[in-house]
Amino acid sequence: MRESRKVVSVVSTGVANVASVLAAFRRLGAEPQEADQPEAVASADYLVLPGVGAFAAAMQALQTRELVQPLQERIRKGQPTLAICLGLQLFAAESEESPNVAGLGIWSDRIVRLTSQRVPQLGWNRVDAAKESRYLESGYAYYANSYCLGAEPQGWTASWSDHDGKLVAAVERGSVLACQFHPELSGAWGEQLLRRWVEGARC
Amino acid sequence: MLTRRVIPCLDCRDGRVVKGIQFQQLRDVGSPAEQAALYAEQGADEIVLLDVVATVAGRENQAATVRAVREVLAIPLTVGGGVKSIADAARLLESGADKVSINTAAVQRPELISELADQFGRQCIVLAVDAIQSAPGQWRVVTHSGRERTEWEVGDWCRRGEQLGAGEVLLTSWDRDGTRSGYGLDLLAHVRDFIGVPLIASGGANSPQHLLEALQAGADAVLAASIFHDGDYRVDEVKAFLQAAGMEMRR
Repeated sequence: MRESRKVVSVVSTGVANVASVLAAFRRLGAEPQEADQPEAVASADYLVLPGVGAFAAAMQALQTRELVQPLQERIRKGQPTLAICLGLQLFAAESEESPNVAGLGIWSDRIVRLTSQRVPQLGWNRVDAAKESRYLESGYAYYANSYCLGAEPQGWTASWSDHDGKLVAAVERGSVLACQFHPELSGAWGEQLLRRWVEGARC
Repeated sequence: MLTRRVIPCLDCRDGRVVKGIQFQQLRDVGSPAEQAALYAEQGADEIVLLDVVATVAGRENQAATVRAVREVLAIPLTVGGGVKSIADAARLLESGADKVSINTAAVQRPELISELADQFGRQCIVLAVDAIQSAPGQWRVVTHSGRERTEWEVGDWCRRGEQLGAGEVLLTSWDRDGTRSGYGLDLLAHVRDFIGVPLIASGGANSPQHLLEALQAGADAVLAASIFHDGDYRVDEVKAFLQAAGMEMRR
């Protein structure tokens, strides 16, 4: 390799399981590490915000570790940030899952419950990539969610899936990418997406 | 629209993949990480790893197996075997499992399902249910690898499990497991009416036609072990067959 390996910091709050994310970046030849300090989150070249579990518990975990402000700042500044599953939902103002709990508020939108026959959405679903997407190609992604973003946030580019109704598969703006599906579990398609983000996002 | 899933299952003991009929006459068929990577390469949608452990040393082996598989696997990994507590599940998830499956311990103490779902989210919790036919059109839940029969009617138990927080049901026809005589289709159709969460069929597959029948009977996913381990079929050819038969598959 002509350049040193890229260090990817993965926010680890004890709420989300990060083993799959760490392994995925190791397979890409990057150097993933866990991060749970405000300074580390603020200064990371590449930051991943994973998320499994409930909206309120995840926000609580971020608040306890004083990570809310550094996250908001780096996302607003457009520093390379990848949010996964619940991580995407945390960008919203609030969620039906946890009424009266504030999210990161990057968007004014609200996260809503899936209205499909099968909830949670567990399995592989087709993603139709936005024409102007820098990172996504159309293909199949692995989902594990009961809630979703139903509308495209203003100023962001959305790609879509359909699960008895449309839901946002991923949104992006510059070097910030948020995926409702799990790229780290989405096979070769997901690996290529992660590679395009690591190689294409600008620190 | 969600695709149907084909899920190779690795039965593991002491860090190796084994296969036997109803957990008897076990044969060593390979390394878990190598097998998992091979199936993923062939287009498997997910891997289930069952590793029944009874000792402290066995638990360490199990965690090591999960770590080794996780390192090479870019698709979801469900791990089951001996999960009785939040600590057991946490150890597997930290080792790299994406979901844990619970079976006997959930029947013994159903609140375990809700405790795990509250802690890790319901998408992490797979309720594995073994059923045995007790009369025409009737099935009872069995536990302890089929050795003990419970009073639970299978549909009632699956519905109860969903209410408590199970995100999926992995249903094994104990009458057919390892026999290669096809999935228990009546059982699948019966349970389908009781639950809204995804239903994974297990036990008895011997051909792509058997997998198709299970999907037609209402399964969202099909789990199989021996037809893949013995090299009779590749995952990609099975998926191509299912696709040609009209099932939506990930390509």
